[in-house]
Amino acid sequence: MSIATGQVQGVGQSLLRPDGTLKVTGEFAYSSDLWLDGMLWGATLRSPHPSAWIRSIDVGPALAMPGVFAVLTHQDVPGVKFYGLEHKDQPVLAIDQVRYQGEPVALVAADHPETARRAADAIVVGYELREAVTDPRQAAFDPACPQVNPHGNVVRHQPVRVGDRFTADVVVTAEYEVGMQDQAFLGPESGLAVPAEDGGVDLYVATQWLHVDQDQVAPCLGLPKEKVRLTLAGVGGAFGAREDLSMQIHASMLALRTGKPIKIVYGREESFFGHVHRHPAWMRYEHGATADGMLVYVRAEIVLDGGAYTSSSPAVVGNAASLGVGPYEVDNVWIDAYGTYTNNPPCGAMRGFGAVQACFAYESQMDRLAEACGLSPVEIRIRNAVSQGSRLATGQVVDTPAPLAGMLRELAAMPLPGPGSTDLRALPGGVAQTTHGEGVRRGIGYGVGIKNICFSEGFDDYSTARVRVELLGGEPHVLVHTAAAEVGQGLIMVKSQIARTELGIDRVTIVPADTTVGSAGSSSASRQSYVTGGAVKAACEAVRERLDKLRAGGASLAEVLAAGPVEETREYRHRPTFPMDPVTGQGDSHTQLALCVHRAVVDVDVELGLVKVVELAAVQDVGRIMNPLALEGQIHGGTAQGLGLALMEEIQVRDGKVLNPSFTDYLIPTILDMPPMRLSILENPDPHAPYGLRGAGEPPTLSSTPAIAAAVRNATGLALARVPIRPDDIALAGSALAG
Amino acid sequence: MHDITLYVNGIPREVSVPARRLLSDCLRHDLGLTGTHVGCEHGVCGACTVLLDGEPVRSCLTFAVTVAGREITTVEGLATDGRPSPVQRAFAECHGLQCGFCTPGFLCTTTAFLRENPAPTEEEVLEGISGNLCRCTGYQNIIKSVHRAAELLAEEPT
Ligand code: FES
Ligand code: FES
Repeated sequence: MSIATGQVQGVGQSLLRPDGTLKVTGEFAYSSDLWLDGMLWGATLRSPHPSAWIRSIDVGPALAMPGVFAVLTHQDVPGVKFYGLEHKDQPVLAIDQVRYQGEPVALVAADHPETARRAADAIVVGYELREAVTDPRQAAFDPACPQVNPHGNVVRHQPVRVGDRFTADVVVTAEYEVGMQDQAFLGPESGLAVPAEDGGVDLYVATQWLHVDQDQVAPCLGLPKEKVRLTLAGVGGAFGAREDLSMQIHASMLALRTGKPIKIVYGREESFFGHVHRHPAWMRYEHGATADGMLVYVRAEIVLDGGAYTSSSPAVVGNAASLGVGPYEVDNVWIDAYGTYTNNPPCGAMRGFGAVQACFAYESQMDRLAEACGLSPVEIRIRNAVSQGSRLATGQVVDTPAPLAGMLRELAAMPLPGPGSTDLRALPGGVAQTTHGEGVRRGIGYGVGIKNICFSEGFDDYSTARVRVELLGGEPHVLVHTAAAEVGQGLIMVKSQIARTELGIDRVTIVPADTTVGSAGSSSASRQSYVTGGAVKAACEAVRERLDKLRAGGASLAEVLAAGPVEETREYRHRPTFPMDPVTGQGDSHTQLALCVHRAVVDVDVELGLVKVVELAAVQDVGRIMNPLALEGQIHGGTAQGLGLALMEEIQVRDGKVLNPSFTDYLIPTILDMPPMRLSILENPDPHAPYGLRGAGEPPTLSSTPAIAAAVRNATGLALARVPIRPDDIALAGSALAG
Repeated sequence: MHDITLYVNGIPREVSVPARRLLSDCLRHDLGLTGTHVGCEHGVCGACTVLLDGEPVRSCLTFAVTVAGREITTVEGLATDGRPSPVQRAFAECHGLQCGFCTPGFLCTTTAFLRENPAPTEEEVLEGISGNLCRCTGYQNIIKSVHRAAELLAEEPT
């Protein structure tokens, strides 16, 4: 994948994706494309029930089928039988009970995917159904509720307590809900496990963090880590859904048992059961302010349903609590954020990670407050906006630029789109419209979001980079090796640009990510440009220093390199963070904070409940633009996922069962749903970060949702305290206002 | 089993498939052409789009035996003599992809669309490729890519 250009395309330029050509020619190998002669196909039998005892498992009928090589249950797990990101509480395969619909129960390896599937279906499992715990508030607060998890039904309770004045002239109170969103990456979970001669296994998978996979897989296989080697296969999107394991241990178990390479590819339906989702949330907020709209206090109760196992729920709760009032100055805060265990689908990481849910609620509250105080939505936000030097609810002082008020002014000053056209295709609902737009109303709304970048609360968050300069064909050439997962975000470009900038060499090759180099941490929390970028920069600097010394006598680069390559490996850590105090929530828990603001313009057919987003405008401060084209792509994509949450995306769950595990019934925005965007990108550097950059992938996912919801409220006059806003929420409630 | 011949990217390919083998599986597994991606398996996402006698079809909804003897173009067949087509170049140049999983479908759809309509308006572009889903890009750069592809095609010597 080397690129040779006439000039060094470094930091700040729109270097094209080094993998772009392979991706447009169809040669790029995704995890689902991997193929080895003689490989077998793995299939997973999953529980159809959200809560049941397993009384028996009969694998006989499956084993008897021609073409079947192995059928495994929890008894066949070679090592530790549990895994997990924060707590090892998730069984590799269910042991005596299942706690959610879709929980893996048994595995099959066969010579054809359809045989494997049929064999899995032939396994007879004797279930004894029991009542499913599906109400997260009951799970958390009703002592009579059955315990889903041996540790009780609360994963984490994180309070925030500041100040003691909880009365004010103007008080607005409301309850809000956020539905369960799916990451819905387009390339389902898949990979290949190859048994190795040393008794270990080589895994080729689409993941977000190779080393945390290795840390979890090896003990379950009863192998030392060095015998479980991972290489990143092509990743078809991630958005948090690949932070937890899916098929990694399963394929490895089958490979070790059969001695053959095992490929597992989930279909779309299985994918809905094969990864964690965004926590649905129930939130009660009370905001108190002076008559002129200055915040006095915020009280909030936030309940996030994590489903049956821990996954990353504790950190999600930490984000919801620490960022629960948003980027506003307020002296008195009383927040209780809870994560719960239930028998609902498991939830964990998704773009925005705990900050998204709270953002919908606090932004909705700011609009209510604006109305109560007779202020515009923009004005009330400006009056309360944080800036450099402000203190967050956690007591952490914002010590880098945070020009929120200016961002809001710039956003509000952007030109508005013209009036809607009468072309049927331009109406909400498009050509499927049944009216001629008589009931169409326009609305405008604003949303503000603040997101922590990198891992928080004392996590040892680092990345490793190995950089080597050598002569290839007589020309100096740079090899950059990290374990950081390119999931589509474009890190591959940023690494390449940093190497070019730091070394002044334009021939750069990004070595495939694997576990033969140190951990890069996760491709999540918008952290890779920062942390892996920092590691690549540090390793390049070390190489440059050595080269400078070698060239001190006046030798040319080529002369120096003729004696052999120069290679350096560096780890990079961001500023340390600290846990939130378990009682007061105080602490410098975040290393970097990023802001994004959105304005949404919508047309709503109030009779039909149909919404068309006409335009989305955004202002985001990224500290330093590393690659303009890639950055804009992140903001567009993040905004679109926020639009999805506002208007259409929800995993519908009834009695613990998913009703819509398909792209027919789980809707993600199409090109006709996504309006044109207007962007303004600011560069106020964070002096602590490499090049002054700020993580950029998540903030737009926060602010677009409340902006769109506010615009729909503005158009309809309805309270709309739940996202996604469904046509019924407008049309049925709206019969009163249609006239 | 049925012995059929498919003309894939200009090359006759003989395969023996069961009647229910999907064209997507046939291309990916039987013929090893993994550039055609499967994102939903039921006709929603468009990632599996290929050209059947030049017209875009969902290969996940098509049985291989029903297209015996027909011309099929997959993403691997869009380039000419190893040079990516104008549509392919436009997507790479305009950053019309991130993870790229949706890209082969968009490329096939766009190729057929621009052949029908070489100078589309903004609205026509949206309509023309609205059957393909992308989860990463928010579509803005895909729209740019389609317009850019139209420009590049217009510059091509015919
Ligand atoms: S895989 Fe064929 S349309 Fe999605
Ligand atoms: S680029 Fe990832 S789905 Fe389109």
